[in-house]
Amino acid sequence: MTATTGVKTPRFSLHFWRKVRNYMALVLLALFFVVPFYAMVSTALKTEEQLFQIPPAWIPHPFAWQNFIQVFKEVPFGRFIINSAFLVTVNVVGQVIATSLVAYGFSRFRFWGRDALFVILLATLMVPKQVVLVPQFILFARLGWVNTYLPLTVPAFMGSAFLIFMVRQYMMSIPLDLDEAAMIDGANRWQILWRIIFPIATPILVLVIIFTFVDVWNDFMGPLIYLNDPLKFTVSLGLSFFQGAKSTSWQLLMAAVMMAMIPPITLFLLAQKRLLGGIAAAGIKG
Amino acid sequence: MSSIAQRLNVIQRWRNMGAKSRKETISGYLFISPWLIGFLLLIAGPVIMSLFVSFTRWNIVGDPHWVGLRNYHRIFTADRNFVQALKVTFRYAIFYLPLTTVLALSAAMALNAKIRGVGIFRSFYYMPYMAPQVAATLVWMWMLNPRYGLINIMLGWVGIQGPKWLNDPRTALFGLMFIGLWGVGGSAIIYLAGLQNIPQHLYDAAEVDGANTWQQFRHVTLPMLSPTIFYVLVIELIGVFQTFTTSFVATGGGPMKSTLFYMLYIYNKAWVSLRMGYASALAWILTVIILFFTLLILKSSALWVHYEAEKK
Repeated sequence: MTATTGVKTPRFSLHFWRKVRNYMALVLLALFFVVPFYAMVSTALKTEEQLFQIPPAWIPHPFAWQNFIQVFKEVPFGRFIINSAFLVTVNVVGQVIATSLVAYGFSRFRFWGRDALFVILLATLMVPKQVVLVPQFILFARLGWVNTYLPLTVPAFMGSAFLIFMVRQYMMSIPLDLDEAAMIDGANRWQILWRIIFPIATPILVLVIIFTFVDVWNDFMGPLIYLNDPLKFTVSLGLSFFQGAKSTSWQLLMAAVMMAMIPPITLFLLAQKRLLGGIAAAGIKG
Repeated sequence: MSSIAQRLNVIQRWRNMGAKSRKETISGYLFISPWLIGFLLLIAGPVIMSLFVSFTRWNIVGDPHWVGLRNYHRIFTADRNFVQALKVTFRYAIFYLPLTTVLALSAAMALNAKIRGVGIFRSFYYMPYMAPQVAATLVWMWMLNPRYGLINIMLGWVGIQGPKWLNDPRTALFGLMFIGLWGVGGSAIIYLAGLQNIPQHLYDAAEVDGANTWQQFRHVTLPMLSPTIFYVLVIELIGVFQTFTTSFVATGGGPMKSTLFYMLYIYNKAWVSLRMGYASALAWILTVIILFFTLLILKSSALWVHYEAEKK
């Protein structure tokens, strides 16, 4: 008994110190990531006088909840949220339809030129966005689509190459036997997609939804280039103008910033297991 | 000649196909048609058009005027903003790339510890990466406020008079780096997955051989992780050359053009001055620069990237 503890004690303490060191590293790094969030939240809850106190109050007293209402009075923030929500919804619908159809085509049909086209699809991932930005704008401008939501929604119905690739890889892993069995039972291609492939591919389509949601909600350059009318602005675009409008009222700005962050971050926290797994896998294989 | 031969070949193939595979070909193309149309209209078309536009003068309203190489000539001989944009972007890259690699690696290694509660820290590290860039930029503008921002208040605790950050041409670029580094969680997660792929027995063997923590890092972790580092470095490099939102929102390229990123310069030419031809020429030059540095990393990777599968 004593012999075993005699052997174990130094090992235990080594283990213990390693743990302490690990936690210290984790906490120190976490400060860099968390403190700005803290600054945002505490500023959003301060009154104008509290804002410029030195030293600053760490916890606002009293909480200025009215800032969150004031934001909606100062700028059409409610309108921005509705606009962003609309764009997100249409883009999600478009991407889900397009990526599942195209991925189904690439993974379940044998046709001449298929593999060459798939290589082209992968190559488009490397097309520099700065090069296509100007001609795309010219194209949409000629169509008279500037200051409408069309340039920000229609492309979604053609599918993003990255998402198509992701869904196609997933569909490739679904055994062909299932299709064949269904075909013997007299199912056509649409029925196979709808009844067999779709239900099995749900996890990857959820990932498509999340990626699209976050991309569209956070997008800045697209709305900046295509939208002129402030009533059509998205949350991201609206925020940047809110800042330039008057002498900045930081407490209101931080309240607005906080509301802009809530949807993507909540989504991330809800789906983080699946999301981080997917991103890491894409990174490693890419 | 050959294209006619190819076409005949296609027709021949089509004739030789059975009715079943003909039907399959048609349905296959129908299913991928959304992407195919998008590819032709939004990628292939624009890439070709962009090259054409870069040889013209065009303010979008009228017709394009062919000017040959004049845009390129001007950029290389008479455009001081082009030089400034390159300087800013390179200065940023030189400081930012090492910083982000070290920070992302440290974060990944901290997260790789097998201890309780590590999942919560992972969420914390990753959260800023999910935030809209505009929102992240605004938060850091407040953090970096010379008088009331937390950074200078904290510097004050240790008796340092903080700089004016975004309002001072000497420090503005470094101020913007905070925003980029805040989103380091994206790379850290990829490093973390790389770390978790390193087999434990390598560390066990190193420990048996008496390697200390640093030696284990230097001789096991780094070589095993080098393909991941290579991948992330390329992604980050492209990201730096395309930096736009942070400088557009926080500084507008100022003060005194000290944060005039290349992408911001393209934006100004295309959408403020409406010089589509000139902006396209700038975009092509940027593409060549990115390609050059990507190839440079690729070539140099033979010296420092260790691929386990290639071991003989």
